[in-house]
Amino acid sequence: MCAAPALLIDGTARIGVERLFGPLRLEIEGGRITCLLGPSGVGKTTLLRLVAGLDEVTRFEGRISASDGLPLAGRIALMAQGADLLPWRDVLGNVALGARLRGQSPDLPRARAIIDRMGLGPHARKRPHTLSGGQRQRVALARTLMEDRPIVLLDEPFSALDAGTRAQMQDLAAAHLAGRTVWMVTHDPGEAARMGHAIHILSEAGLETVAPPPGPVPRAVDDPDTLAVQGSLLARLRDLGTGA
Amino acid sequence: MNRALILAGTVALALGLWQALVVLASLPPFILPGPARVAETLWSSRALIAEHGLITAAEVLIGLALGAVLGGASAIGLAASPVARRLIRPMMVFSQAIPVFALAPILTLWLGYGLASKIAMALLIIYFPVTSAFFDALMRTPQPLLDLGRVMGTTPARLMWHIRVPAALPGLASGLRLAAVYAPIGAIIGEWVGASKGLGYLMLLANGRAKIDLMFAALIVLAVFTLLLHRAVDAGCRRWLDSRST
Repeated sequence: MCAAPALLIDGTARIGVERLFGPLRLEIEGGRITCLLGPSGVGKTTLLRLVAGLDEVTRFEGRISASDGLPLAGRIALMAQGADLLPWRDVLGNVALGARLRGQSPDLPRARAIIDRMGLGPHARKRPHTLSGGQRQRVALARTLMEDRPIVLLDEPFSALDAGTRAQMQDLAAAHLAGRTVWMVTHDPGEAARMGHAIHILSEAGLETVAPPPGPVPRAVDDPDTLAVQGSLLARLRDLGTGA
Repeated sequence: MNRALILAGTVALALGLWQALVVLASLPPFILPGPARVAETLWSSRALIAEHGLITAAEVLIGLALGAVLGGASAIGLAASPVARRLIRPMMVFSQAIPVFALAPILTLWLGYGLASKIAMALLIIYFPVTSAFFDALMRTPQPLLDLGRVMGTTPARLMWHIRVPAALPGLASGLRLAAVYAPIGAIIGEWVGASKGLGYLMLLANGRAKIDLMFAALIVLAVFTLLLHRAVDAGCRRWLDSRST
């Protein structure tokens, strides 16, 4: 993996003639974790899908580019809500899916090593439906790591997990995604405060940047600075939610 | 055990009602024979019924196999190509407006009195349900899986093979379960229109000669065969879906 580039998003998104959001300008720092918060329906996921090249309905006027000037296609891994595992493939098959989808033969020893690192070694031959929610999410993370892309987009990846499992997954993701350009859409101010090297809030009014707590990520769940930022983020989201 | 008891009870009740109807309405055997008489004929004519039954079974099984293959391939073709969808789908829906019964004489004219015309009937009657059930499932691949494939840099063909088809197999299975019940209808219609063998032919023959007991015996064999076929296809689909490996 070469040095992870920064992402630059600059422009306006429209569906038909209706403006969805923007004009906005957002720079996502290379090799860091950037979190995007905001009320539901404001277009966070649309923005992420535009970067991933998945949105065919929304028109984006402007540019979405990498700081090294190379195209984004083929350099992005996506980890979405609810793990999206193939129910008919076992853990190993799911982790090694990318290569098969590109018509290559998968590097199974590497897949097994990543599965072991995720603590899923004993489950390698199990189907997703026999795993717990946290284990399934770890399979999705293993699949994302297997892709080994410099840019990783996370769309509310842990929103379906219970609080304890979510905190574990945040630790695991922060540790293993370190050095990549990670952009994470989340609903959870606590998650943004723990994980973000940079934090943004997207709302009808536009994009705001919020100063993250000090210290390396993932920050401790009970760190006072982190909790303070979590509190102020929540207050801001509440105000945006009521249209204040 | 409990289920077996309930089934036995249901069968006994049905037979009892049947016998009661025959006795109370004092129906002559050439209008409606009682179950005992039908059972007797079923046993005494077992060789005859088996001979014709095997023909019908062959027609149904070959029709089912062809229908599964052709229906499956058509569904994949339609799902893969928007052009094919636009051109062929209206044609397929229109073809369903033609009663298959009406085509039976033509098929017999074209394909003769042998197995081919009956297999074609069975195939015609199941082709649409199989294609339609599988096609609908292929068009409903969960969006997150499609997104995943695109971000991973797959081609439409590989996406079809590794994600869309496996995700749609339960749809194909429900089409095949329907087909297992429809295919015998197609074969029997084919035999009615023109045949020298098969349960449909035997029933028509027995009816014409007022051997209503033989007709009922053949009918029961046909019904049991259809039920067993449905159960077998159902069990086969279940095992197949469970055992899909990596």
